[in-house]
Amino acid sequence: MPRTSETDARIIVRNVDKRFVLRHTHSLKETFISLIRRKSLVTTFEALHDIDFEIGEGESVALLGFNGSGKSTLLKLMSGVLRPDRGQILTRGRIAGLIEVGAGFHPDLSGRENVYLNAAILGMSRKEVDERFDDIVAFSEIGDFIDTEVKHYSSGMFVRLAFAVAIHTTLDIMLVDEVLSVGDEPFQKKCIAKLRELQSQGKTMVVVSHDLDTVSRLCERGILINKGRVVFDGGSADAVAAMRAG
Amino acid sequence: MITAPQNRGFVEPGHGSGLLDVGRRRYLLSLLVRKEVQVRYRGSVLGWLWSYVKPTFQFLVFFLALGVFLQQNRNMESYPIYLFSGLIVINLFNEAFGNGTRSIVDNGALIKKIYLPREMFPVSSTIVAFVNFLPQLVVTLIVCLLVGWHPEPTQILGLVLGMLIVIVLSTGLGMLFGAANVSFRDSQNFVELIALVATWASPVLYPWTTVRKVLPDWLLQIYLVNPLTTAVELFHAGLWFPTTSETADLPPDLLLKGGLALVIAVIVLLLGQLVFRRLEGRFAQDL
Repeated sequence: MPRTSETDARIIVRNVDKRFVLRHTHSLKETFISLIRRKSLVTTFEALHDIDFEIGEGESVALLGFNGSGKSTLLKLMSGVLRPDRGQILTRGRIAGLIEVGAGFHPDLSGRENVYLNAAILGMSRKEVDERFDDIVAFSEIGDFIDTEVKHYSSGMFVRLAFAVAIHTTLDIMLVDEVLSVGDEPFQKKCIAKLRELQSQGKTMVVVSHDLDTVSRLCERGILINKGRVVFDGGSADAVAAMRAG
Repeated sequence: MITAPQNRGFVEPGHGSGLLDVGRRRYLLSLLVRKEVQVRYRGSVLGWLWSYVKPTFQFLVFFLALGVFLQQNRNMESYPIYLFSGLIVINLFNEAFGNGTRSIVDNGALIKKIYLPREMFPVSSTIVAFVNFLPQLVVTLIVCLLVGWHPEPTQILGLVLGMLIVIVLSTGLGMLFGAANVSFRDSQNFVELIALVATWASPVLYPWTTVRKVLPDWLLQIYLVNPLTTAVELFHAGLWFPTTSETADLPPDLLLKGGLALVIAVIVLLLGQLVFRRLEGRFAQDL
């Protein structure tokens, strides 16, 4: 099993539980009435249970599991969007959370303005964006449309630009959620090539994707999650096999 | 384990240092402010002129109703300047507070997907409101200069203090109500109510001396302790008072009151930050 010693870990996940408390009301009145009637307004749902692993520097890990298994929740915990209810998550270095590309895009701004805004949201400085701006535009194949408002873009152009920004925010750790399925096939190939290049630079990567073949070729390690528990942690090909075996 | 992971450069994701992080990520803050400013009047013909049109009409309505019909204009020197200099302070407060309260819910899509210091949103709301306020202040200053404005340094200091009070107070309240708004949308309606009251609970449309006439002293002191009242009076002292024959009665120890109001505003800001941090962990799942 490709485990790493704690000294060169990038991500430590220790005994993490995550529960979602689903509240059924958003008004004071309903809360008040339910208080009087002593009726519970909440149902709890355990999304993750006792997750415990480490990811070392330069490692690429695929998080595998069917819909609702909790893999996206785990990724959100690592990025800091969500917080664990029990246990601890520790990370070392700057994290780029490519949880959903284009989340910070504003339709009324031009492509150029969106590149700067989104890169800053992902944690880049002005200097870093300046340096990479031409690469981002070239990668996205947007060309002269870079100064057009994003609302006039086709959906393909939009995801290409969003992904180009995201993939150029090369920090120490990249959390990649379902972004391998953007664009047409040539663009996907380009994305995979770019991710491999980042791997060779020693970036740490955690990838969630439903494209099992691609993700198992991209990552050497696979963690299989089922109903909020880790059921397999090992080579990615074995993890995919375990997932397919059910 | 020999050393704790925290000592080797490990951090817990999602546990920032609140407002301090906003200061550290000034570049992102500036871009968010610029986005708001650019997007705000997109698609409208008048564009940013709207931020002049709105206060102008507000002013005209109040001037007609209170200044002419209720004859404040005859009873007070430079009543138009009195009215406008108070109105812009209240407008700054209401806009910063209102937008700050809605800012977390409005940026829900982003907050759910990417971690960034969430205090960013109420803070940028305040800055946008301030950007909107500045031209109104400039207009007031021009009018004041035309009618022979001759302020003293302490009065200028009072203006700066007044702005500071409003900025700190509305940011703190914006964080407080913005965080509450995630779980209870009642919050933003409640804030609209506060905005309505704020215009009348400070001496914006009438002089504070009329309040002194009717209220017992202890109630008057409560009325005067309102930081917004102090900010409005600081503006009156800085803008309106030097354009008059300077015989009007301003509240005593105004700069001292200003210092006290700033302390109150800072306490509100700290309280806002405290509540914000307690509720922040649930933002992404409650939005």
